[in-house]
Amino acid sequence: MADSQSTRLASLMRNRADEVLSEWVRLQQHDLSLRNNLLREGELEQQCREFLNALLIALPQGTTDISTSPVWATVRDYVTTVARSRARQGFTPTETAMFVFSLKQPLFDAMRRELSGDDLAESVWLISTVLDRIGLFGTETYQRGREEIIARQQQELLELSTPVVELWQGVLALPLIGTLDSARTQVVMESLLQAIVDTGSSIAIIDITGVPVVDTLVAQHLLKTVAAARLMGADCIISGIRPQIAQTIVHLGVEISDVLTKATLADAFAIALSRIGLGVGRTSKTTVALRRRTLED
Amino acid sequence: MERIPILKMGSFLLVSIQIDMDDRTAMSLQDDLTGQIVKHRAKGVLIDISSLDVVDSFIGRMLANTAAMARILDADTVVVGMQPSVAITLVELGLSLKGVRSALNVERGMDLLRQISRELEVESERDDADREE
Repeated sequence: MADSQSTRLASLMRNRADEVLSEWVRLQQHDLSLRNNLLREGELEQQCREFLNALLIALPQGTTDISTSPVWATVRDYVTTVARSRARQGFTPTETAMFVFSLKQPLFDAMRRELSGDDLAESVWLISTVLDRIGLFGTETYQRGREEIIARQQQELLELSTPVVELWQGVLALPLIGTLDSARTQVVMESLLQAIVDTGSSIAIIDITGVPVVDTLVAQHLLKTVAAARLMGADCIISGIRPQIAQTIVHLGVEISDVLTKATLADAFAIALSRIGLGVGRTSKTTVALRRRTLED
Repeated sequence: MERIPILKMGSFLLVSIQIDMDDRTAMSLQDDLTGQIVKHRAKGVLIDISSLDVVDSFIGRMLANTAAMARILDADTVVVGMQPSVAITLVELGLSLKGVRSALNVERGMDLLRQISRELEVESERDDADREE
Protein backbone atom coordinates (compact mmCIF):
# COMPACT_ATOMS: atom_id res chain seq x y z
CA MET A 1 0.00 0.00 0.00
CA ALA A 2 2.68 2.40 1.07
CA ASP A 3 4.65 1.47 -2.04
CA SER A 4 1.89 2.29 -4.48
CA GLN A 5 1.20 5.43 -2.48
CA SER A 6 4.76 6.66 -2.73
CA THR A 7 5.00 5.67 -6.40
CA ARG A 8 1.88 7.64 -7.16
CA LEU A 9 3.18 10.54 -5.15
CA ALA A 10 6.49 10.47 -7.01
CA SER A 11 4.86 10.48 -10.44
CA LEU A 12 2.60 13.31 -9.31
CA MET A 13 5.60 15.28 -8.20
CA ARG A 14 7.45 14.50 -11.38
CA ASN A 15 4.57 15.88 -13.44
CA ARG A 16 4.59 19.07 -11.48
CA ALA A 17 8.32 19.19 -10.78
CA ASP A 18 8.96 22.46 -12.61
CA GLU A 19 6.09 24.18 -10.87
CA VAL A 20 7.14 22.89 -7.44
CA LEU A 21 10.75 23.76 -8.07
CA SER A 22 10.13 27.35 -9.11
CA GLU A 23 7.79 27.88 -6.17
CA TRP A 24 10.30 26.33 -3.77
CA VAL A 25 13.17 28.46 -5.06
CA ARG A 26 10.99 31.56 -4.87
CA LEU A 27 10.06 30.82 -1.24
CA GLN A 28 13.66 30.32 -0.23
CA GLN A 29 14.81 33.42 -2.03
CA HIS A 30 12.19 35.29 -0.09
CA ASP A 31 13.47 33.84 3.19
CA LEU A 32 17.07 34.49 2.31
CA SER A 33 16.52 37.86 0.67
CA LEU A 34 18.21 39.62 3.56
CA ARG A 35 21.41 37.65 3.18
CA ASN A 36 21.52 37.04 -0.54
CA ASN A 37 25.20 37.92 -0.50
CA LEU A 38 25.91 34.48 0.99
CA LEU A 39 24.70 32.47 -2.00
CA ARG A 40 25.36 33.01 -5.67
CA GLU A 41 22.42 33.54 -8.03
CA GLY A 42 22.26 30.17 -9.72
CA GLU A 43 23.64 28.18 -6.79
CA LEU A 44 20.36 27.91 -4.93
CA GLU A 45 18.36 26.77 -7.94
CA GLN A 46 21.05 24.25 -8.82
CA GLN A 47 21.01 22.83 -5.28
CA CYS A 48 17.20 22.62 -5.27
CA ARG A 49 16.95 20.90 -8.63
CA GLU A 50 19.54 18.28 -7.79
CA PHE A 51 17.94 17.60 -4.42
CA LEU A 52 14.44 17.29 -5.92
CA ASN A 53 15.67 14.87 -8.59
CA ALA A 54 17.36 12.70 -5.98
CA LEU A 55 14.22 12.78 -3.86
CA LEU A 56 12.04 11.72 -6.80
CA ILE A 57 14.31 8.75 -7.47
CA ALA A 58 14.43 7.62 -3.84
CA LEU A 59 10.79 8.17 -2.87
CA PRO A 60 9.16 5.37 -4.96
CA GLN A 61 11.50 2.76 -3.44
CA GLY A 62 9.10 2.63 -0.50
CA THR A 63 11.33 3.06 2.51
CA THR A 64 11.35 6.01 4.86
CA ASP A 65 14.53 5.01 6.68
CA ILE A 66 16.43 8.13 5.66
CA SER A 67 19.55 7.94 7.79
CA THR A 68 20.76 4.40 6.93
CA SER A 69 19.02 2.99 3.86
CA PRO A 70 21.20 2.87 0.72
CA VAL A 71 18.18 4.00 -1.31
CA TRP A 72 18.51 7.43 0.23
CA ALA A 73 22.28 7.68 -0.19
CA THR A 74 22.09 10.24 -3.01
CA VAL A 75 19.66 12.40 -1.06
CA ARG A 76 21.88 12.16 2.00
CA ASP A 77 24.89 13.24 -0.07
CA TYR A 78 23.07 16.31 -1.34
CA VAL A 79 21.84 17.27 2.10
CA THR A 80 25.34 16.76 3.51
CA THR A 81 26.89 18.95 0.82
CA VAL A 82 24.35 21.70 1.33
CA ALA A 83 24.51 21.57 5.15
CA ARG A 84 28.30 21.62 5.22
CA SER A 85 28.66 24.42 2.74
CA ARG A 86 26.08 26.42 4.68
CA ALA A 87 27.82 25.73 7.98
CA ARG A 88 31.02 27.10 6.46
CA GLN A 89 29.27 30.10 4.91
CA GLY A 90 27.80 31.13 8.25
CA PHE A 91 24.11 30.30 7.83
CA THR A 92 22.04 29.82 10.98
CA PRO A 93 20.67 26.34 11.81
CA THR A 94 17.14 27.56 10.98
CA GLU A 95 18.16 28.76 7.56
CA THR A 96 19.85 25.46 6.86
CA ALA A 97 16.86 23.42 8.05
CA MET A 98 14.49 25.60 6.01
CA PHE A 99 16.23 24.37 2.86
CA VAL A 100 14.32 21.11 3.29
CA PHE A 101 11.28 22.29 5.22
CA SER A 102 10.35 25.02 2.76
CA LEU A 103 9.75 22.30 0.17
CA LYS A 104 6.62 21.28 2.08
CA GLN A 105 4.45 24.16 1.07
CA PRO A 106 4.85 23.93 -2.73
CA LEU A 107 4.51 20.15 -2.52
CA PHE A 108 1.32 20.31 -0.47
CA ASP A 109 -0.09 22.89 -2.87
CA ALA A 110 0.60 20.58 -5.77
CA MET A 111 -0.91 17.61 -3.96
CA ARG A 112 -4.03 19.51 -3.01
CA ARG A 113 -4.64 20.27 -6.64
CA GLU A 114 -4.35 16.58 -7.64
CA LEU A 115 -5.68 14.62 -4.67
CA SER A 116 -8.52 14.77 -2.18
CA GLY A 117 -9.87 13.12 0.97
CA ASP A 118 -7.99 10.19 2.55
CA ASP A 119 -5.58 10.05 -0.36
CA LEU A 120 -4.51 13.58 0.29
CA ALA A 121 -4.16 13.05 4.04
CA GLU A 122 -2.04 9.91 3.60
CA SER A 123 0.17 11.52 0.99
CA VAL A 124 0.67 14.55 3.17
CA TRP A 125 1.58 12.33 6.11
CA LEU A 126 4.07 10.33 4.02
CA ILE A 127 5.83 13.26 2.45
CA SER A 128 5.81 15.10 5.77
CA THR A 129 7.54 12.18 7.52
CA VAL A 130 10.14 11.90 4.80
CA LEU A 131 10.91 15.60 4.71
CA ASP A 132 11.09 15.85 8.50
CA ARG A 133 13.63 13.08 8.65
CA ILE A 134 15.70 14.60 5.87
CA GLY A 135 15.53 17.92 7.66
CA LEU A 136 16.72 16.41 10.94
CA PHE A 137 19.50 14.61 9.15
CA GLY A 138 20.53 17.91 7.56
CA THR A 139 20.54 19.67 10.92
CA GLU A 140 22.70 16.98 12.44
CA THR A 141 25.15 17.26 9.58
CA TYR A 142 25.17 21.02 9.95
CA GLN A 143 25.91 20.62 13.65
CA ARG A 144 28.76 18.22 12.93
CA GLY A 145 30.16 20.64 10.38
CA ARG A 146 30.17 23.43 12.94
CA GLU A 147 31.81 21.20 15.52
CA GLU A 148 34.56 20.32 13.07
CA ILE A 149 35.14 24.01 12.45
CA ILE A 150 35.38 24.65 16.20
CA ALA A 151 37.79 21.78 16.71
CA ARG A 152 39.99 23.00 13.87
CA GLN A 153 39.97 26.54 15.21
CA GLN A 154 40.93 25.31 18.67
CA GLN A 155 43.90 23.52 17.17
CA GLU A 156 44.90 26.59 15.19
CA LEU A 157 44.52 28.75 18.28
CA LEU A 158 46.78 26.42 20.21
CA GLU A 159 49.45 26.69 17.55
CA LEU A 160 49.04 30.43 17.13
CA SER A 161 49.03 31.17 20.80
CA THR A 162 52.66 30.44 21.51
CA PRO A 163 54.84 32.70 19.41
CA VAL A 164 58.40 32.95 20.68
CA VAL A 165 59.95 36.16 19.38
CA GLU A 166 63.57 37.24 19.42
CA LEU A 167 63.60 40.79 20.78
CA TRP A 168 67.33 41.11 20.38
CA GLN A 169 70.13 38.76 19.60
CA GLY A 170 70.16 36.54 22.67
CA VAL A 171 66.94 37.86 24.18
CA LEU A 172 63.73 35.89 23.67
CA ALA A 173 60.23 37.01 24.53
CA LEU A 174 57.16 34.85 24.98
CA PRO A 175 53.99 36.96 25.07
CA LEU A 176 51.30 34.76 26.60
CA ILE A 177 47.71 35.57 25.71
CA GLY A 178 44.66 33.80 27.08
CA THR A 179 44.04 31.27 29.79
CA LEU A 180 46.84 28.85 30.55
CA ASP A 181 45.86 25.23 31.05
CA SER A 182 48.06 22.17 31.33
CA ALA A 183 47.96 21.33 27.62
CA ARG A 184 48.85 24.87 26.60
CA THR A 185 51.58 25.23 29.17
CA GLN A 186 53.18 22.07 27.86
CA VAL A 187 53.22 23.53 24.33
CA VAL A 188 54.48 26.87 25.66
CA MET A 189 57.25 25.22 27.65
CA GLU A 190 58.40 23.06 24.78
CA SER A 191 58.41 25.85 22.23
CA LEU A 192 60.28 28.20 24.57
CA LEU A 193 62.93 25.64 25.43
CA GLN A 194 63.33 24.69 21.79
CA ALA A 195 63.69 28.36 20.84
CA ILE A 196 66.36 28.75 23.52
CA VAL A 197 68.34 25.92 21.95
CA ASP A 198 67.79 27.15 18.38
CA THR A 199 68.77 30.77 18.99
CA GLY A 200 71.30 30.19 21.76
CA SER A 201 69.62 32.84 23.86
CA SER A 202 70.69 33.19 27.45
CA ILE A 203 67.72 35.22 28.61
CA ALA A 204 63.98 34.86 28.05
CA ILE A 205 61.13 37.14 29.03
CA ILE A 206 57.74 35.58 29.72
CA ASP A 207 55.13 38.31 29.38
CA ILE A 208 51.80 37.53 31.04
CA THR A 209 50.01 40.79 30.25
CA GLY A 210 47.42 38.83 28.26
CA VAL A 211 46.79 36.16 30.86
CA PRO A 212 43.47 37.01 32.51
CA VAL A 213 43.73 34.86 35.63
CA VAL A 214 46.71 33.49 37.51
CA ASP A 215 45.77 30.79 39.99
CA THR A 216 48.03 28.38 41.84
CA LEU A 217 48.06 25.97 38.90
CA VAL A 218 49.08 28.62 36.37
CA ALA A 219 51.75 29.92 38.75
CA GLN A 220 53.01 26.37 39.17
CA HIS A 221 53.22 25.97 35.40
CA LEU A 222 55.10 29.24 35.03
CA LEU A 223 57.56 28.28 37.75
CA LYS A 224 58.16 24.93 36.07
CA THR A 225 58.92 26.64 32.79
CA VAL A 226 61.33 29.00 34.51
CA ALA A 227 63.03 26.10 36.30
CA ALA A 228 63.40 24.12 33.07
CA ALA A 229 64.89 27.12 31.27
CA ARG A 230 67.28 27.66 34.16
CA LEU A 231 68.41 24.04 33.93
CA MET A 232 69.29 24.63 30.30
CA GLY A 233 71.30 27.69 31.18
CA ALA A 234 68.90 30.49 30.34
CA ASP A 235 67.48 33.00 32.80
CA CYS A 236 63.81 33.90 32.76
CA ILE A 237 62.12 37.14 33.65
CA ILE A 238 58.36 37.23 34.17
CA SER A 239 56.88 40.55 33.11
CA GLY A 240 53.48 42.13 32.61
CA ILE A 241 52.19 41.38 36.08
CA ARG A 242 49.08 43.45 36.61
CA PRO A 243 48.24 44.81 40.08
CA GLN A 244 45.37 42.37 40.59
CA ILE A 245 47.59 39.46 39.62
CA ALA A 246 50.29 40.57 42.07
CA GLN A 247 47.62 40.63 44.77
CA THR A 248 46.30 37.21 43.79
CA ILE A 249 49.76 35.68 43.82
CA VAL A 250 50.47 36.97 47.33
CA HIS A 251 47.02 36.02 48.64
CA LEU A 252 47.41 32.51 47.27
CA GLY A 253 50.77 32.24 48.99
CA VAL A 254 52.61 31.26 45.81
CA GLU A 255 56.35 31.48 46.32
CA ILE A 256 57.86 33.11 43.25
CA SER A 257 60.58 35.13 44.92
CA ASP A 258 63.24 32.98 43.17
CA VAL A 259 62.12 34.38 39.85
CA LEU A 260 62.91 37.85 38.63
CA THR A 261 59.64 39.70 38.04
CA LYS A 262 58.99 43.05 36.42
CA ALA A 263 55.80 45.05 36.00
CA THR A 264 56.24 45.82 32.33
CA LEU A 265 57.87 44.24 29.34
CA ALA A 266 59.96 47.38 28.85
CA ASP A 267 61.54 47.05 32.30
CA ALA A 268 62.23 43.38 31.70
CA PHE A 269 63.82 44.15 28.33
CA ALA A 270 66.07 46.78 29.90
CA ILE A 271 67.25 44.25 32.50
CA ALA A 272 67.75 41.62 29.80
CA LEU A 273 69.89 43.98 27.73
CA SER A 274 72.03 44.96 30.69
CA ARG A 275 72.56 41.27 31.50
CA ILE A 276 74.08 40.68 28.05
CA GLY A 277 76.13 43.83 28.37
CA LEU A 278 74.08 46.14 26.19
CA GLY A 279 72.13 49.28 26.90
CA VAL A 280 69.90 51.82 25.26
CA GLY A 281 70.86 55.48 25.33
CA ARG A 282 69.86 58.70 23.70
CA THR A 283 71.76 59.56 20.57
CA SER A 284 73.26 63.02 21.03
CA LYS A 285 72.18 65.65 18.53
CA THR A 286 75.69 66.27 17.31
CA THR A 287 76.18 62.65 16.35
CA VAL A 288 72.95 62.64 14.38
CA ALA A 289 73.87 65.88 12.64
CA LEU A 290 77.34 64.54 11.91
CA ARG A 291 75.94 61.38 10.42
CA ARG A 292 73.50 63.34 8.29
CA ARG A 293 76.32 65.49 6.95
CA THR A 294 78.39 62.43 6.07
CA LEU A 295 75.41 60.99 4.22
CA GLU A 296 74.89 64.22 2.29
CA ASP A 297 78.52 64.26 1.26
CA MET B 1 82.67 -1.22 31.69
CA GLU B 2 82.74 2.08 29.87
CA ARG B 3 84.31 5.02 31.67
CA ILE B 4 83.59 8.62 31.00
CA PRO B 5 86.80 10.59 30.31
CA ILE B 6 87.64 13.60 32.47
CA LEU B 7 89.79 16.22 30.73
CA LYS B 8 91.81 18.87 32.48
CA MET B 9 91.74 22.39 31.03
CA GLY B 10 93.77 24.81 33.10
CA SER B 11 92.23 24.84 36.52
CA PHE B 12 88.98 23.37 35.29
CA LEU B 13 87.84 19.83 34.57
CA LEU B 14 85.76 19.00 31.51
CA VAL B 15 83.43 16.00 31.46
CA SER B 16 81.52 15.25 28.29
CA ILE B 17 78.94 12.50 28.61
CA GLN B 18 78.62 10.92 25.17
CA ILE B 19 77.15 7.55 26.11
CA ASP B 20 73.94 6.36 27.68
CA MET B 21 74.45 6.59 31.41
CA ASP B 22 73.52 3.67 33.58
CA ASP B 23 73.70 3.69 37.33
CA ARG B 24 77.16 2.09 37.52
CA THR B 25 78.75 4.50 35.04
CA ALA B 26 77.19 7.34 37.00
CA MET B 27 78.64 6.09 40.28
CA SER B 28 82.10 5.52 38.83
CA LEU B 29 82.01 9.00 37.24
CA GLN B 30 81.30 10.43 40.67
CA ASP B 31 84.29 8.55 42.15
CA ASP B 32 86.62 9.57 39.32
CA LEU B 33 85.52 13.17 39.37
CA THR B 34 85.99 13.71 43.09
CA GLY B 35 89.40 12.02 42.82
CA GLN B 36 90.44 14.25 39.91
CA ILE B 37 89.24 17.43 41.62
CA VAL B 38 91.48 16.69 44.59
CA LYS B 39 94.39 15.53 42.42
CA HIS B 40 94.45 18.58 40.12
CA ARG B 41 93.14 21.03 42.72
CA ALA B 42 90.48 22.01 40.19
CA LYS B 43 88.53 25.23 40.69
CA GLY B 44 85.62 24.28 38.48
CA VAL B 45 83.92 21.34 36.80
CA LEU B 46 82.05 21.54 33.52
CA ILE B 47 79.69 18.68 32.66
CA ASP B 48 78.44 18.57 29.07
CA ILE B 49 75.23 16.58 28.77
CA SER B 50 74.19 17.73 25.31
CA SER B 51 74.17 14.16 23.94
CA LEU B 52 72.03 12.92 26.79
CA ASP B 53 68.45 12.42 25.55
CA VAL B 54 67.02 10.62 28.54
CA VAL B 55 67.54 11.13 32.24
CA ASP B 56 65.91 9.43 35.16
CA SER B 57 65.67 10.53 38.75
CA PHE B 58 68.89 8.67 39.62
CA ILE B 59 71.00 10.53 37.04
CA GLY B 60 69.33 13.77 38.06
CA ARG B 61 70.18 13.21 41.69
CA MET B 62 73.70 12.11 40.72
CA LEU B 63 74.23 15.48 39.00
CA ALA B 64 72.98 17.35 42.06
CA ASN B 65 75.14 15.24 44.40
CA THR B 66 78.22 15.67 42.22
CA ALA B 67 77.76 19.41 42.35
CA ALA B 68 77.41 19.29 46.14
CA MET B 69 80.58 17.16 46.48
CA ALA B 70 82.52 19.48 44.18
CA ARG B 71 81.32 22.42 46.25
CA ILE B 72 82.73 20.82 49.39
CA LEU B 73 86.04 20.35 47.55
CA ASP B 74 85.94 24.06 46.61
CA ALA B 75 85.06 23.66 42.94
CA ASP B 76 82.03 25.06 41.12
CA THR B 77 79.95 22.91 38.82
CA VAL B 78 78.38 24.04 35.57
CA VAL B 79 76.08 21.75 33.62
CA VAL B 80 75.89 22.67 29.93
CA GLY B 81 73.83 21.78 26.89
CA MET B 82 70.81 20.24 28.54
CA GLN B 83 68.16 19.20 26.01
CA PRO B 84 64.64 20.69 26.39
CA SER B 85 63.11 17.25 26.93
CA VAL B 86 65.64 16.52 29.68
CA ALA B 87 64.95 19.86 31.36
CA ILE B 88 61.19 19.19 31.30
CA THR B 89 61.70 15.69 32.72
CA LEU B 90 63.87 16.94 35.57
CA VAL B 91 61.37 19.67 36.45
CA GLU B 92 58.49 17.18 36.37
CA LEU B 93 60.51 14.91 38.65
CA GLY B 94 60.85 17.83 41.04
CA LEU B 95 64.63 18.03 40.62
CA SER B 96 65.46 21.63 39.90
CA LEU B 97 69.18 21.04 40.69
CA LYS B 98 69.57 23.93 43.10
CA GLY B 99 73.22 24.76 43.54
CA VAL B 100 74.12 23.63 40.04
CA ARG B 101 74.83 26.37 37.56
CA SER B 102 73.95 25.86 33.94
CA ALA B 103 74.87 27.28 30.56
CA LEU B 104 73.70 26.77 27.01
CA ASN B 105 76.94 25.37 25.57
CA VAL B 106 80.52 24.50 26.51
CA GLU B 107 81.84 27.88 25.44
CA ARG B 108 79.46 29.83 27.63
CA GLY B 109 79.95 27.33 30.43
CA MET B 110 83.69 28.00 30.34
CA ASP B 111 83.05 31.75 30.38
CA LEU B 112 80.81 31.29 33.39
CA LEU B 113 83.46 29.26 35.25
CA ARG B 114 86.13 31.85 34.51
CA GLN B 115 83.82 34.59 35.70
CA ILE B 116 83.08 32.75 38.93
CA SER B 117 86.74 32.10 39.69
CA ARG B 118 87.60 35.72 38.90
CA GLU B 119 84.92 36.90 41.33
CA LEU B 120 86.31 34.56 43.98
CA GLU B 121 89.83 35.91 43.42
CA VAL B 122 88.64 39.49 43.74
CA GLU B 123 86.84 38.56 46.94
CA SER B 124 89.87 36.86 48.46
CA GLU B 125 92.10 39.80 47.49
CA ARG B 126 89.67 42.11 49.23
CA ASP B 127 89.76 39.89 52.30
CA ASP B 128 93.55 39.99 52.28
CA ALA B 129 93.53 43.76 51.98
CA ASP B 130 91.11 44.01 54.89
CA ARG B 131 93.35 41.84 57.01
CA GLU B 132 96.47 43.91 56.21
CA GLU B 133 94.71 47.07 57.34
